[in-house]
Amino acid sequence: MENDMGWMNAPHSMGTTIIAVQYKDGVVLGADSRTTTGVYVANRASDKITQLTDNVYLCRSGSAADSQIVSDYVRYFLHQHTIQLGRPATVKTVAKLIRELSYQNKSNLEAGLIVAGWDKYEGGSVYGVPLGGTMLQLPFTTGGSGSAYLYGFLDQAWKDSLTKEEAEDLVVKAVSLAIARDGASGGVVRTVIINSEGVKRNFYAGDKLPTWYEEIAPGISPLESLLSGPAPMVDTR
Amino acid sequence: MAKADVKLPQMQSGFDFGLCRRNDMLVKQGGKPAKFLKTGTTIVGLVYKDGVILGADTRATEGEIVADKNCEKIHYIAPNIYCCGAGTAADTEAVTDMVSSQLELHRYATGRESRVVTALTILKSHLFSYKGYVSAALVLGGVDITGPHLHAVYPHGSTDTLPFATMGSGSLAAMSIFESGYKEDLTREEGMELVSAAICAGIFNDLGSGSNVDLCVITKGGKEYLRNYKKPNPRTYIREKGYSFAKGHTQVLSTTIVPLKDKVTIIEGEAMEE
Repeated sequence: MENDMGWMNAPHSMGTTIIAVQYKDGVVLGADSRTTTGVYVANRASDKITQLTDNVYLCRSGSAADSQIVSDYVRYFLHQHTIQLGRPATVKTVAKLIRELSYQNKSNLEAGLIVAGWDKYEGGSVYGVPLGGTMLQLPFTTGGSGSAYLYGFLDQAWKDSLTKEEAEDLVVKAVSLAIARDGASGGVVRTVIINSEGVKRNFYAGDKLPTWYEEIAPGISPLESLLSGPAPMVDTR
Repeated sequence: MAKADVKLPQMQSGFDFGLCRRNDMLVKQGGKPAKFLKTGTTIVGLVYKDGVILGADTRATEGEIVADKNCEKIHYIAPNIYCCGAGTAADTEAVTDMVSSQLELHRYATGRESRVVTALTILKSHLFSYKGYVSAALVLGGVDITGPHLHAVYPHGSTDTLPFATMGSGSLAAMSIFESGYKEDLTREEGMELVSAAICAGIFNDLGSGSNVDLCVITKGGKEYLRNYKKPNPRTYIREKGYSFAKGHTQVLSTTIVPLKDKVTIIEGEAMEE
């Protein structure tokens, strides 16, 4: 019983699609909501976009435990840092802290992270911190297993100076495309918009998302045709 | 009987991973990986209108044998917080005891009722630091000043905050009941029915779960620990002749009587003084 239940004891990982896009006045973060334990969906409505400070949020992918612990630790440290500094931390500082933990513990951690937020010096900024602890500032970036399906799409669809609505539409479209093709991504799409005015969280349930396949027209199911059709032939020998 | 002189290995502090290396080496040499013994289990929790309801089955297994037909899987953490445990029984017992005593000291220090997130943070950091080797999968639920909370805690240290959660080998069976039956703002009776239906699904469809249903209902006003709320597996066969065996059933081969008075000297002592 233990061996064939191996997948149930697999570590909790987030297959995931995460994305962050910089637009004119801020950033838009997006993520799916599926957390898997092997092939079982342990949580179909998880929140992979976690708050680090008032103005900087983190998209988490990879091992659920590792990414949660890293975000908890950085949040705790930033709380003290903000008090000592006397003003909100910059996005770059947050990203560097995340990178430091990720890089120094690279052999023990499996977490692909995206740091994005708004500060008054740089405006909106997006930093990717993938496995291994590189830190790269980019206008847009994706992560997780679903990101593989988005590189081409984003290269073609992203443009400079998007508006807030265009950026959020792009994020929702991208995550739903990845969900359509990646088995480890699914559930709902959560987005977070951060700009000078503050933070806005949005939620797109399955029925609000664009579908990328044709629905099969409803027809007569085999069960219905059995029940309503002629009686089966009886062998009366 | 020869007395063996056993030299125990020196205990270093922290977790000893020596056996992991041995197991790896044995597997590389072509042997089978060692199996370890876990409780197959169905544990569930849900949030209802006035608080949370936790449920668990009562079977503890050692491989294929049922070791305990009526064990307690809902552990006390604080007067307003309880925790169901799946996985290695020793690990769930030890980790919940540890959190419970830390929280009690914390209550004395702060003078306040414990919060569920406190228990969650202590569990999370403990399990993460043991890298998943402390095999405890928990459903933690309680009601504190900030409201009702329900969390699922995994052996590697990750947590999920959910309105309903299931864990253990019977979790899939129980989750199917929850996914079809759960709605927001359930009443107490509806919640208890749903939780016991979910545990029964685990009891009847999962070989690792069985026996009775334990329930724990926690609200702002207090808690109700319903041990053996349902007993859907009564022992129906009772041997007609009964189970007592009178003298004469077993043949006596030899008798030796050793009066203990010869071995023990009784000394009158002084009474203990304060």
